Formats: sequence, C-alpha cells, structure tokens
Amino acid sequence: MSAIHTPATRDLPPARPRWQVIVIRPETMTLVLLIAALFGASLLSPYFLDVGYILRSFTLSAEFAIVALVLTMIIIAGEIDLSPAANMALSACLFAFAQQAGIPMPLAIAIGLFAGLVMGAINGFMVIRLQIPSIIVTIGTLTLYRGLAQVIAGDKSIRVPDWFIGINTVLIAGIPLTVLIFIIASIILGVVLSMTIFGRQIYQIGTNEVAARHAGIRSQRIKMSLFLLMGLVSAAAGLMTASRLGSVRYDLGLGGELQMVLMAMLGGTYIFGGRGTILGTFLAAWLLVIVSTGMTVANVPPSVQLVVQGVLLIVSIIATNFIYSRTQR
Amino acid sequence: MLKKTLLTGLALSMAMVTTAYAADPIKIVYIGKNTGNPYFDSITGGFEDACKSLGCEFEFVAPATAEATSQIPFIEAQIQRGVNVIAIAPNSPDALNQVLDTAKAKGILVLTVNGDLVGNESHRDATILPVDFTKTGPNQVELMGSMIGYKGDIAILSATTEAPDQNTWIAAMNDTLKNDAKYKDMHLVATVYGDDQPEKSTTEMEALLSNYPNLVGVIAPTTVGIAAAAQVIQSRNLAKTVHVTGLGLPSEMRDFIKDGTVSAFQLWSPYNEGWLAAHFAVGVVGGTIKNEVGGTFEVPNLGTITIADKNAMNTQAELTTFTPENIDDFNF
Repeated sequence: MSAIHTPATRDLPPARPRWQVIVIRPETMTLVLLIAALFGASLLSPYFLDVGYILRSFTLSAEFAIVALVLTMIIIAGEIDLSPAANMALSACLFAFAQQAGIPMPLAIAIGLFAGLVMGAINGFMVIRLQIPSIIVTIGTLTLYRGLAQVIAGDKSIRVPDWFIGINTVLIAGIPLTVLIFIIASIILGVVLSMTIFGRQIYQIGTNEVAARHAGIRSQRIKMSLFLLMGLVSAAAGLMTASRLGSVRYDLGLGGELQMVLMAMLGGTYIFGGRGTILGTFLAAWLLVIVSTGMTVANVPPSVQLVVQGVLLIVSIIATNFIYSRTQR
Repeated sequence: MLKKTLLTGLALSMAMVTTAYAADPIKIVYIGKNTGNPYFDSITGGFEDACKSLGCEFEFVAPATAEATSQIPFIEAQIQRGVNVIAIAPNSPDALNQVLDTAKAKGILVLTVNGDLVGNESHRDATILPVDFTKTGPNQVELMGSMIGYKGDIAILSATTEAPDQNTWIAAMNDTLKNDAKYKDMHLVATVYGDDQPEKSTTEMEALLSNYPNLVGVIAPTTVGIAAAAQVIQSRNLAKTVHVTGLGLPSEMRDFIKDGTVSAFQLWSPYNEGWLAAHFAVGVVGGTIKNEVGGTFEVPNLGTITIADKNAMNTQAELTTFTPENIDDFNF
C-alpha cells in the first residue's frame, strides 16, 4: 500500500498555497497590466485621466468587446469564430437596407437580428454537422458575409433615422448605454460560464471533447447554441455600431475580429480551449481601450501604438502559457 | 481601489485642463487620412509655417490605416485635449458625422482640408480644397492637347471605377472633348482603371499600348496611375510617340520629367492648403474673419480668398503645371 503511495506523492508537486491559486492566474496579470496602463497613460498625457473621456472612448470598442465575451466562450469550448465582425456588417446592412425600403423600424431591427442568428447557424452547421474546422469555416464566412454586405449596400452608405442614432450617447448613471450593456453582459455570461452546469460543460468540451461526450455531455448541442448566441450578439453589436455611426456601410467593423481575438487572448483565454474566463476578457477589453486611448490622447504615432499592442499581446501569451503550464492540474 | 485612483486622477486632470486652457495660444490639429503619406507632409508644412508666423500651436496626427472609422478615436482625443481647431482630411463622408458634431458642440472649429464631407456639409464649419474641381477635367484636356498638337487618339488611365473625384474629372474631360471645337481632332478611345495599384496600372497601360497602336497620349488623373504609365513609357522608350500626362506628385515624377519621359503634368499645391487653413482658422477663432458665404479675406502669398457656396474655399484658381523648368521648386 505504502509502496504504491510513495512514488505517487513524489511525482505530485506539493499542494500550492491558497494565495498562489488566487494570485497566479492570467486574469491577475491582465489586472496588473490594466493598472499599470492607467498609471502610464496618466503620466503620458494630462488629458487622459477623465472618467467621462475613458467611458466615451470605450464606446468606440464596446460593440467588439460585447462580442468578445461570447467569443471567449467559443474559444473555451475549443472552437473559434472569425466571422463576427463581418456578421455585424451584414446584419447592419440588411437592417439599414430594410428600413430604407420602407419596412417599419421594429421589423427592420428584427430582420437584422434574425440575419445574425442565421449566420451563426450557418457557421454552426458547417462546424458541427459537416465537421469542418471552425477556423476554416469562419475564415470563409468572414469573406462571404462581408461580400454579401457589399452586394447589398454597394459602395454607398445607408443613413439610419435620426432617433436611432446615438445609443452611445445615452447615459445611465453617467455610463454610456453600450458600456452598461457590456458590463451587464459580462456579469450574466460570467455567471453562466463559472456557476452553471452549462458553463462547466463548456470547459469540459474544450478540455477534451471525446471524454466530455463519453461523460454524456451533448457537446454538439452546446456548441451549436454558442454559435447561435454568437450570431445574435454580433447582429446586436452591428446595430449598435450603426446607431453610434449614424450610417451603415459594408466596411462597418472591418478588421474587428482581430480586436476580439486580441481581447480574449489578453484576458488569458487559452487558444486551444478549456481555459479562460469572462473576467479576463472584461479586463482585457478595458486594458486595450486604456492603452490605445492613452497613447492617442498623448499624440503617440500609430506606428508606436502598434508596436506596444504587439508587445502586449506577446507578453500576455507567454505569461498565459507559462501560468497554465505551471498550474497544470 | 481602481475607482479611487480614477476619481483622484479625474480631479487632478480637470484642474490641469482648466489651467491649460487659460494661457495657451490657438491650438490647431490636422488629422490626416493615414500616416506615411508624403502628400500630407506637404499640407502639414503649410500649417507649420503659417503657425510660425501667426503664433498658433500646430500638431499633425493620423491613424495607421485610412478606413472609414479609424479617425474617430483621434477626433475624440483632440476634443479631450481641448484644441480650438480640428482640421481633417475625412476618410468617410458620413461615418464621422456624430463625433464631429460633438466637437462642434464643444465650440471647436471643424474644417475639412483636402477633401470634404460631400452631402454632409452641415457637420463641419468650412472646407478648404485645392482647386475648383470642375476645372480639373478641362485643364487636363488642354494640357494633353498642347502636348500632341490637338490631334490623335488618347486614352484615360484612372484609379478605381468608383473613385468619386476621378469620375467627376473624367466626366468633365468627356464633356470638354465633345463640346469644345478646339479639341475636335482628339479622340478618346478608351478609359481604363488601374485601381491605384502600381501593378494593375502598369498592366492596364501595357494593354492600352498594344490595343491602340495609334495612341498618342494618355491622361492619368491619379498619382499612382501617372507614375505607372510613365514607367512603362520609359522602359519601352516610347516618349517620342506616346505622351503621358495627368495628376502626379513632383517627388515621384521628378526623374521622368528630367529624362524627358513626361514633358508636363499637373497638380495643386498641398502646401497652400495648410497655409490657407491655418490663416482661416486663426482668423475665425480670433474674430477677424467671419465664416460666412460670400465673405472675403486676405492671405499672404495667396491674395484674396472668397468663401464660396457651402463655406468652401480654394487655394488656387487653376491647376499648377509642373515642367522641367519648375519641377525643382517643389519638394512634395
């Protein structure tokens, strides 16, 4: 008995102290970077530290940040979706086109949202039913959705009605509505991911899908629901962007997928699935906004900004990998 | 803890902002389409020199890419910095409407320089454009005619099929060729599009030469197109038979002018746009110039400037023609 027991204890590292479990996490690193960025940006420019300005600047990325929350869940489930920014554009174009054609606004909004849901379903169908890797599927649909948006809107922009413009300027308790939506969505999805059976199952699928299926987890159904949620949320984000800009063009949100992936990665989501938190993405979204806003208001040239963002991403990926390899359970 | 830092920081920064406001000279910022574009260096030069003599503070910023919304964070940042004047070369005719309105609501003078918010003019205070674009087409046809003795087959090598400025000019060229008897012996045989890409422009130029053996002239009203066309003529040694002209940058065209590949081309002076914009901005903020349609004011070196319809101003009446004689006077 003891002969079997002894080598086992020798292989296992000693149990980590509780403080290490809490402190050595990728989210902690994101938080530290966020605080450092706040201080750095305040030193860089006297115009930076102004809550109103920071919140206003966040509205420029809020739509991407909201989508990044769902993307985090998809990445944890072991998949990826690179089409949400194109989905935003196509949904917004369909909505704008519909309302311009005289369809009543509530119906036009419903058309936009439904289109997003359909786009999510197409991604989900190809990934789950046809078993094509999600990175390939969504690179394809990224191009397809953007192309369709251009077919619908052409090279012109479509105006939206005046009352629909400016969701980002609606303040509730001093917080722009889109930022508030982001915060509420973070809380809801954070609770779902960390405290519900559904959430635990997402982690299990991402860690080992075959094992999860053998354990009776309906991985296909869960993944499909995530792709559908992604489609719907992307469409909502597209409509929010339309409201913020006051007009819709096919290039709405162009390149946004990279920002979304960046937010998830910076927040410590593991690109191969199974790990990551909503809190991490939440903090990373703020980190990205603080870093770019701080440098922009200090008139730092964009070339330097790109270098800083690149370094930030590489540092966080190395740290995330290091932390995960150290804390392998 | 984060919140506390933010709040103390807020109080601090507010105090700093208010003190900064009181003493500073007029602050002007110019937001370009994107960085690394030599064209904007020239506009910036005009702003800088004007601010040196007028005593204003000038800064140039630009996003890394020229996509529709990339300038928005920069406009927000300049509002936050408390500038008095935002001059911008807009990347979109309407995506900037909301944020420019915010700037105007804060009392900032919003000028578009070297490009306008076509159809959304109410979202800026005034626009400074190099020339009256309705004259660009006829100007180019006249230059082409003078090079080929007003007779023979000519073609146009343009940017993209959708490019709004180029399409305006091409329409005017067609109109001039058709209706002005002076050009009755010039025949436009083709209009092709190089998409403002050097490779595609070169291919299109090569195709023109092989499809139309009687071609004597090519007008390329885009800086990328004219450089590509000149390159083809130079490498094929065709300068004697096919004349290339259009709109080009002196810095890119200097060698072709010097070796005789191109005898003349046109553009405006981007420098003067910055020069005029700074003088106008300082005048309006200082109260010496009224931003009203029909108003006039004096600008050193440019003479009397009239504020035309839709609060538009031009730096020059006609295009500048660059020839071997004057090419060295321009460095943009």
